[in-house]
Amino acid sequence: MEALLDLLLVAIVLLNFFVLGTSRLRAVIRAVGAQGVILGVLPLLAHGAAGPRALLVVLPPVLLKGIVIPAMLMRALRTAQIKREVEPFLGFAPSLVLGALGMAAALALSQQLPLLPGQRSGLVVPASLATVLVGFVLLTTRLKAITQVLGYLVLENGIFLFGLLLMEAMPFLLEIAALLDLFVAIFVMGIILNHISREFSDIDTQHLSALRE
Amino acid sequence: MASALLHLGVLLLLPPLLLGVANRTKSWFSGRKGPPLFQAYFDLARLLRKGLVVSRTTTAVFPAGPLVALAAAVLAGLLVPLGPAPLLGFAGDAVAAVYLLALGRFFTAAAALDTGSAFEGMGAAREVSFASMAEPVVFLAFLCLTRLSGGLTLSAMLSPGHMAPAWSAAGPSLALLAASVFVVLLAEGCRIPFDDPNTHLELTMIHEVMVLDHSGPLFGLVLYGAAVKFLVLGAVLVRIAVPAATGSPWLDQAAFVAGLLALAAGVGVVESVMARLRLTHVPTLLTAAGVLSGFAFLLLLR
Repeated sequence: MEALLDLLLVAIVLLNFFVLGTSRLRAVIRAVGAQGVILGVLPLLAHGAAGPRALLVVLPPVLLKGIVIPAMLMRALRTAQIKREVEPFLGFAPSLVLGALGMAAALALSQQLPLLPGQRSGLVVPASLATVLVGFVLLTTRLKAITQVLGYLVLENGIFLFGLLLMEAMPFLLEIAALLDLFVAIFVMGIILNHISREFSDIDTQHLSALRE
Repeated sequence: MASALLHLGVLLLLPPLLLGVANRTKSWFSGRKGPPLFQAYFDLARLLRKGLVVSRTTTAVFPAGPLVALAAAVLAGLLVPLGPAPLLGFAGDAVAAVYLLALGRFFTAAAALDTGSAFEGMGAAREVSFASMAEPVVFLAFLCLTRLSGGLTLSAMLSPGHMAPAWSAAGPSLALLAASVFVVLLAEGCRIPFDDPNTHLELTMIHEVMVLDHSGPLFGLVLYGAAVKFLVLGAVLVRIAVPAATGSPWLDQAAFVAGLLALAAGVGVVESVMARLRLTHVPTLLTAAGVLSGFAFLLLLR
């Protein structure tokens, strides 16, 4: 169990790096979806609980993060006819290095945190902190509305992962988090479509004014 | 004695077969019959029988390129464990092996510059700039292996006796290491995501462009040296990924050779299913490999 949990956490961190390093938007969306699915399954592993209640905790995040949100984003890609490249402010190699530094910082920081001695896997906290940091990097260094949303989702994944530690104490919190996801999904879609429609008209006018000058 | 002979046999006789296996895999994927498995040996024999045409602008560096590259690859191969028992080794020979490969690369690039062709100079520039990103990855990998095994020689680091327990202790980081070494192997072996060994498209060539002026026996040496280098790096990867410790050294050896052939087939699969990267994306992939091995090291430090 512990080994499998560690392996999945490593997979989550690798997906972070993948999201930082790839230039194809669809691949990024799929990676974030896959990360969500892994995250949704983790509570079962970490706590070995099985039963209807556990399913209630696991299913909503998996369905939402793994299927609903990626499908929505793909739809947004299609309907808004966004160019399918990431176009970052910062090159891919520098953002990968930033991600690696973030991982190192997360590991160093998690050594300092006053965690419970029996804290599950030694990787949960560093992986969650690293995911949060990668989410920040994505939020701040990507141009498009849709990539910023993806960064926000990665950030949220990191927070969810941190919440895994509190699973025993407050299962209620996790279910609330799942509900929050749903809220975020709808909210985000509204923002995306708004952003995009505005951005497209904006871009046009900017081009025109540049021409005039 | 038998072990040493076996080591030398794997090092000197097996490399062209690996190329044959990779080529056959590729032709199977594209539904062709493909060249015979031993085609690379026939090619080498044919090239070695041919005459030599050398440009008048070249100096002694020009023939030295292929010769030094081959010699360096073979020497590095003596340090990497290819047989049932370690053949040669001294504390820190991992560094020596990496720099031997670098020496061979330097001479290949120098020979390319020696021809005075701007075109080959471009290839040399590409080669060394990508190599400068690939080398740290290998060093990080060896750093991890040293930390895991406590051994300072390659044969100690990569011995199945160390590797098998390491997989249960630090599986994730070893898997990351294997992935990053695989990326380096593709880059150094001029394989598809980086470089296509079969095309001669000026804009995208990296390795072939440096050896355009080499002909006949010298070109044969170039091909053979590249194959030996591929085997040496591949052996490191197979030792990491397939830690066969059955108790009988001969079975282990058989598993190791089978692993090498499987690796060649795997490279063939990668070449069949992937497209070539844009030249500007190569550094990104190499950086990613570096990040992977760095992350593996961080996991070990915990």
